Amino acid sequence: MRDRLIFTGQFLFTLLVAAFLVVPTALSITAGVTTNYFRGIQSGLTLQWVAQVWDLYADTIGLSFLIAFATLAVTLLAGVPAAYALHVRGGQLSRLVEEIITLPIAIPGLALALALLLTYGGFGAFRRSWLFILAGHVVFTMPFMVRSVMAIFASVDIKTLDEGAASLGASPWRRFRDVIVPNAVPGILAGSLMVVTLSLGEFNLTWMLHTPLTKTLPIGLADSYASMRLEVASAYTLIFFIMIIPLLVAMQMFAERELTR
Amino acid sequence: MSGPQGHGVSVRIGHCGKTFADGTHALEPASLDIARGETLVLLGPSGCGKTTMLRIIAGLEEPDEGGKVLFDGKDVTAIPIERRNVGMVFQSYALFPNMSVAENIGYGLRIRGIPATERAKRVAELVALTNITGLEHRRIDQLSGGQRQRVALARAVAIRPGILLLDEPLTALDAALRYRLRGELNRLLRALGITAIYVTHDQSEAMELGDRIVVMRKGAIAQIGSPREIYFEPKDRFVAEFIGAANIVEASLDDGHLILPGGRQAIAGGTSQPAVVAMIRPESIGIVDVEAAPLRGQVESVSFVGDRQRVVVVGASPKPLTVDAPNTIQVDAGDRVGLSIASKAVRLLPPEA
Repeated sequence: MRDRLIFTGQFLFTLLVAAFLVVPTALSITAGVTTNYFRGIQSGLTLQWVAQVWDLYADTIGLSFLIAFATLAVTLLAGVPAAYALHVRGGQLSRLVEEIITLPIAIPGLALALALLLTYGGFGAFRRSWLFILAGHVVFTMPFMVRSVMAIFASVDIKTLDEGAASLGASPWRRFRDVIVPNAVPGILAGSLMVVTLSLGEFNLTWMLHTPLTKTLPIGLADSYASMRLEVASAYTLIFFIMIIPLLVAMQMFAERELTR
Repeated sequence: MSGPQGHGVSVRIGHCGKTFADGTHALEPASLDIARGETLVLLGPSGCGKTTMLRIIAGLEEPDEGGKVLFDGKDVTAIPIERRNVGMVFQSYALFPNMSVAENIGYGLRIRGIPATERAKRVAELVALTNITGLEHRRIDQLSGGQRQRVALARAVAIRPGILLLDEPLTALDAALRYRLRGELNRLLRALGITAIYVTHDQSEAMELGDRIVVMRKGAIAQIGSPREIYFEPKDRFVAEFIGAANIVEASLDDGHLILPGGRQAIAGGTSQPAVVAMIRPESIGIVDVEAAPLRGQVESVSFVGDRQRVVVVGASPKPLTVDAPNTIQVDAGDRVGLSIASKAVRLLPPEA
């Protein structure tokens, strides 16, 4: 009886906390498809706000995806070999390099952006192009890629596999292609999802680095919050949700598959 | 490459030492010659430098300045492992989880650009040789420990290496399997006649497999010799105690006899010395009638272990003596017994440094 009471209490509390988080989300989403939010849902449902957002901000969405996948490409091309080198080499120096790569997680995005602006702000063409935002995103997401790949390297003892392949005559490049990458796939996938998700949602850094012509999705979102009617901003949120939720679910599924292996 | 004395290369290691980045001396500069077709065992406790030595020969570690590794007289010190044509079996096997058994065995051949049909033929040969027929298409995580060991061995010899390097290949297995595979491995090494270097901390493995054994201790070579030499003529107390069981006796020597609490024990070629250290193997001590024996003691304990019984005798020597007696004789704790030891079974060891 007492156990039952405790369970019911905990259950209700959990529901309450969940509601606290979910209700605003649901409200925001409904606001995006309501004709007039101040008159409530009885004013009718509409997709006109979504369409309006698409008209106004489609280019920010496009740019966000361009930057997210470019960030992914760079973190893959630089991050996976870097993780391999750091893992195989080991020692003090590798740990130091790893720490430096990880640093951007701890430093506020604004500070990172300021440093980038101070250093490269003078290069006008670079400063004005989307590549400037790409650079910021790469700095910010690289640790997530390197870390998740290094974690998988440690769990499959990639150093010995590498030595095994070397003893059979494989050059460093063949080892990387035939043995290292195929056995690091789960870590590479997890890292990739993380990088894409983080890049799509990144605001702090991007807000400092963007120009009126290089707005990403979250910047557009802030823009619409500040200057548009509430329904438009909410419709924008809805679009963002639709894009980001599948990525988060995929990430979660990978994490679970890794745990059950 | 096959010659009258077997396959593969001869190896010369000249003044190879290894100091790690943190200043640890893993290996004192050592020199060693390994003949073509010979099986050499590097034996010692963990941390003795045996694996470091193997990794230097493999090309996975670089020796300190001045060290040289020669294969068939050719300096390979600067050549990385992938161009040394060595076959290596790792303690953890290092099988590729992303490839099937057959793909693992054929990987080295694929690297060498051997055409698929020829590769398949060679893989089939090795699968038969190592008794893993039927497992070709399995994934690595579907294999037992013993099967993995065989795949690792097949993969290493598939490339017809000049030298086969084995780093504690049986350590990860349970005792019964280890014993069985040891025999198989021995037959395989003899059949291939390949130059092989085998690292282990297990002295019975070393005895069975080695043409010669290199006993190592604290990064240095303690003794090199055939299994018989190492067992019967250990150079020092460490080797005597590491290989098999040994009674170490500290006593004075008078006219060719050890002066012991339980009597006098003749030794071969003895003189007179105030203090000596001698080694007597447990199986070279016989239990005899107490009246006639020159050396006497009292039985402290008897443990019956099946093929023999291990008897501990006190009072004969300063420390209790362990005796391996036949399983047929009747002795009990408390009995007074005589001990008979052939004079040449007593080996003097150099005094402790």
